[in-house]
Amino acid sequence: MLLASLLVASFVIFAALYLAPGTPLAALSGGQSLPPGSVQVLEQRYHLNQSFAAQYWYWLDNALHGNLGVSITLRENVSTLIASRIWTTAGLVLYASLIIVVLGIGLGIVSGLRPGRLDTSALVVTAVCAAIPTFVAAIALIMVFAVKLGWFPALGNGTSFLGNVRHLTLPAIALATASLAIVARVTRASVRQEAGREHVQTAVSRGIPGRQVIQRHILRNAAVPITTITGITTASLIAVAAVVEVAFSLNGLGAYLVQAAESKDIAVVQGISLLMVTAFVVINLLTDLICAALDPRLALRDSPR
Amino acid sequence: MSTVRAAGETTAFRRALAVLRATGPAGIASMVVIAAATVAAGFGPLLAPYDPDLPNLSLSWAGPVGGHLLGYDFEGRDVLSRLLAGAQSSMLGPLAVVILSVTAGTLLAVTAAWRRGLSDTVISSGLNILFAFPGILLAILAAAVFGAGLPAATIALSVAYLPYVTRLLRGAALTERNQPYVAALEVQGASAAAICLRHVVPNIAPLIVAQATILFGYAMVDLAAVSYLGLGVQPPTANWGVMISENQDGLLLGHALPAVAAGLCIVAVVIAVNVLGERLFEQARAARG
Repeated sequence: MLLASLLVASFVIFAALYLAPGTPLAALSGGQSLPPGSVQVLEQRYHLNQSFAAQYWYWLDNALHGNLGVSITLRENVSTLIASRIWTTAGLVLYASLIIVVLGIGLGIVSGLRPGRLDTSALVVTAVCAAIPTFVAAIALIMVFAVKLGWFPALGNGTSFLGNVRHLTLPAIALATASLAIVARVTRASVRQEAGREHVQTAVSRGIPGRQVIQRHILRNAAVPITTITGITTASLIAVAAVVEVAFSLNGLGAYLVQAAESKDIAVVQGISLLMVTAFVVINLLTDLICAALDPRLALRDSPR
Repeated sequence: MSTVRAAGETTAFRRALAVLRATGPAGIASMVVIAAATVAAGFGPLLAPYDPDLPNLSLSWAGPVGGHLLGYDFEGRDVLSRLLAGAQSSMLGPLAVVILSVTAGTLLAVTAAWRRGLSDTVISSGLNILFAFPGILLAILAAAVFGAGLPAATIALSVAYLPYVTRLLRGAALTERNQPYVAALEVQGASAAAICLRHVVPNIAPLIVAQATILFGYAMVDLAAVSYLGLGVQPPTANWGVMISENQDGLLLGHALPAVAAGLCIVAVVIAVNVLGERLFEQARAARG
């Protein structure tokens, strides 16, 4: 299922950009007319005179071997260009996921277990945060923490590891805000739901210590929806990272993808899209696997389909 | 069911009013925000106190003075006028996304639920592949293929939301399909199209409306993000997402108001839509039992 999904996705990516208006030759030559000799060389190098299926096969075969073609604007291997940017994006997404897992799930559990003023205010705050688009969060953070307070740099990448962490802090918070709110709300709802179950009331009335009831009966059952929503939101960060990278002038994959889309640098758009879709699908698969491990009943329910 | 229709328009109108009243104070506040944004989307350029497109570089970044409540943007254009004029592209884009994806999603969901078997498998697996494309990524791809602009972004997002809409509605349509009244109508010789259009779709309508409302918020955020990236609405057209990107330099210069004002417009509408959508979902669920 995973492989089929990826294969079709790769076909969609290739076909969409293959069908894009404008011939690849014109893109390669920058619109100038070429002597017949160089046309032949280019056609041979990029397999341009072969059928669509053959071209797709060449592209896919190369992509699987780590060769994603050559950027027409920078005249460099797409793989090299991606490799120099991937860690910014990966670091950003990891950092943001960490914030979401720790704060989002933490806040959700606390407000799910303790109805009251904290819970009510958490509900209001998360409702607002869930509605804040990433780039609005970005400008608000730049305005407050970079310009007014000067705690963090506003733009660009760092040079050392610590410098990078400092430079990625505001972008990671901006990226995490909306997802954190959604994860917190779903966590709260499922914790609240599990806490109201009869077997939990039974456990409490039997005098089982609160900590044990929470760990064994409430959290264990709430773990599946919490993992699912965390996985889905984390996977979606991969694409949204583009917005954050542009807002903070970070040199990451997403910002590069946007730039390549503007300049119609097809090989780059194909390469990065393929990578992002793969990462997205893999994270979703991992989420499913973790859920199945947490609750073996799920695997039984899904298999007969 | 059909009795509601037979009773006439006034009952439907009253029922809609009752639904709105039941959403509570937060729901009513949300509706006021949405109504204001809708009026701005319809008549924004007429309401704008100044010409939203007239630049005056000597006034760039000037703060609020005189009749200019929100000051001037980076090119010295009146910010309030641009916000009002920008409501149009900021609201109509998401509306188009919602109409496209909810219509197509309802059609696919009802078809899958009605015919089951092969059609259901084909539709479900096709949508599963679409799941692999996050909305923003699809919009960027569309911009690379068709060129940057609102139409490409709108279509890309409609396609990207399709799996989510269809999955939710397919479940509801399946429940409806298995109701005894559907079998009764089939025995009476009613055609599949008639049963779907007159009964199944009206019965899942509350869910469709709730889903459309929530979707509007997502579409607004994603479309604004695409415009912010420079791949959606193109300047100098006024748009809230574009206003944030073109006025972002002001943040570092200490002139945050133009970018922040546009950001607040987006946030206000999205909160309003989310609150309303959640209430509508609760009501739809309660009605279905």
